[in-house]
Amino acid sequence: MSVAAHAGHAPGGVQAELLRWSPSLRIGMALLALIVAAGVFAPWLTPYDPLRQDYGAALLPPGAAHWFGTDSLGRDIFTRALFAIRTDLVIGFWTTYLPMLVGVLLGAWAGLKRGLFDAVLMRVIDTALAFPFLVLIIVILAILGPGTQNIYIAVFLVGWTMYARLARAEMLVEAGKDYVLAARTLGYPAWRILLRHALPNIVNSSIVFSMSDFVLNILLVSGLSFLGLGVPPPVPEWGAMVAEGKDFMQQAWWISTLPGFMIVLTGVALALVGDGLTHRLGDRHVTGH
Amino acid sequence: MSPATEGAPPLLQVRDLEVAFRVRGGEVLASRGVSLEVRAGETLGLVGESGSGKSVLCRAVLRLLPQPAAQVRVGQVLFDGADLLALPERRMRQVRGTDIAMVFQNPMTSLSPVWPIGDQLTEGLRVHRGLSRAAAREQGIALMRATGIPEPERRYDDHPWQWSGGMLQRAVIAMAMACKPRLLLADEPTTALDVTIQEQILALLADLQEASGMAMVLVSHDIGVVAETCDRIAVMYAGTVVETGPAAAVLGNPRHPYTLGLLRSSPGVDRAGRRLDPIPGQPPDLADPAPGCPFAERCALASAQCRENPVRLEDRAPGHASACLFPERMS
Repeated sequence: MSVAAHAGHAPGGVQAELLRWSPSLRIGMALLALIVAAGVFAPWLTPYDPLRQDYGAALLPPGAAHWFGTDSLGRDIFTRALFAIRTDLVIGFWTTYLPMLVGVLLGAWAGLKRGLFDAVLMRVIDTALAFPFLVLIIVILAILGPGTQNIYIAVFLVGWTMYARLARAEMLVEAGKDYVLAARTLGYPAWRILLRHALPNIVNSSIVFSMSDFVLNILLVSGLSFLGLGVPPPVPEWGAMVAEGKDFMQQAWWISTLPGFMIVLTGVALALVGDGLTHRLGDRHVTGH
Repeated sequence: MSPATEGAPPLLQVRDLEVAFRVRGGEVLASRGVSLEVRAGETLGLVGESGSGKSVLCRAVLRLLPQPAAQVRVGQVLFDGADLLALPERRMRQVRGTDIAMVFQNPMTSLSPVWPIGDQLTEGLRVHRGLSRAAAREQGIALMRATGIPEPERRYDDHPWQWSGGMLQRAVIAMAMACKPRLLLADEPTTALDVTIQEQILALLADLQEASGMAMVLVSHDIGVVAETCDRIAVMYAGTVVETGPAAAVLGNPRHPYTLGLLRSSPGVDRAGRRLDPIPGQPPDLADPAPGCPFAERCALASAQCRENPVRLEDRAPGHASACLFPERMS
């Protein structure tokens, strides 16, 4: 992540960088690292198979053998919640950062070059943003059909627009600053000015925004899976697990609630990181004002 | 336009340049038929108040006016005989940096905060000359030494926030000099610096110019700065050149009341104890120019004709021109 890249520039190395982190950034990062580690090491953290059904052990409440209990098919919910980290974080990551990459580049280019490209791009974005986000995604998914790959396509088609707007707005400010003007007076190519000079100074707001976008995208994927438009059934996914438990709310509250708790936990971790990054990246604008 | 006094054709020749800015509810003529020339190896001082069109002129020469707000209406910018305004953008990009370079007022903001200074200083060498990182570093260290930056080997990898303003301005000048331009546009290069540092930077620019033989346009609102360093002076007012000529002639025998006003309102060591004599009034509204002399409203010597008849630069002595209907009233 960008924090590592910035750490390279800061004097004093890793230790000094860690000291600059606010409590929320530290807690958020620790929590996020824990969640990622749990997802990576899921097979070693549990004796159960996330897909294996065991009707003899169906609908067991949380206990020593099954920490989060079991679902209606006798699958261990703790195991499935751990394996779902892989599904949800991976989908959340790509549905956030692919659109961010494309959106930031397009928006920054538009802000730097202005003219026709800028005008056309902004009208396209205005059109896309005129529709409610979720409605647009569901329409696209209805056309493409459900499935993980189509979620990527649908979210990408809509998601880049916010980043493009953000990056363009930042670029408009940055393009007026002396160092961008200086780079232009020295005849550097526009792509070089964009990538090397302006981008490091405009990308912070997008990084901060991406943290809340990440949370929303996980919620979106969970929501789509809940509606049956997302990840297909046997694959463990938090939203789908919540949906599976909704018919058993009366007798087995744990089926929906505990995967839901995982969504909340991940959301809190990302929100804390986002908040911490706002302050950490914000104080980098030492020069220039 | 003043005739070339020396034999060689001028390196930079701006002819009747007109630049208009579109603003809410109309447009502003930031440059109203500016003509001037810079010969190879000389320093031209460009003086005038804020808003007189000095920076617009520099940016028009490099074709870096803010887009799409600014528009060059008419005029030519001849560099070494070629009209820069007609060059394709790709050729123009090579002219920037290798033929013409520019130094800005505020060194604190002229460098990107995220990259090492040395890297930024030598970027032109890598972009325009295709030098490798290692070769560029070697030249960069030489450049830093030439611009008086101590311990260049150690400081090459510093970041801008670690340096003082004066030192950064040296780095910015080194960056502009990297590809050995033939013309350096220095836009108020000392305005943001302490007075003691100002002297050092001016001396540095003069040294570099002597060593490299490049021409320089030194933009300043401070006629004292220009008096020290320039061969010739062009005085700008309200988007036009009102007087131009050899520095000694313009300063010693000004042929335009505005130049005289600038001299009288500028404090100087030799004038210690004398009262300053500010120019009354405000520069005219460039969105609504009057037909006559733009300085007429503030001029003590003006008469009714000044407000009605347009003025043109006319020679008063060889190489010394002014745009005044009644220059004889000055004496």
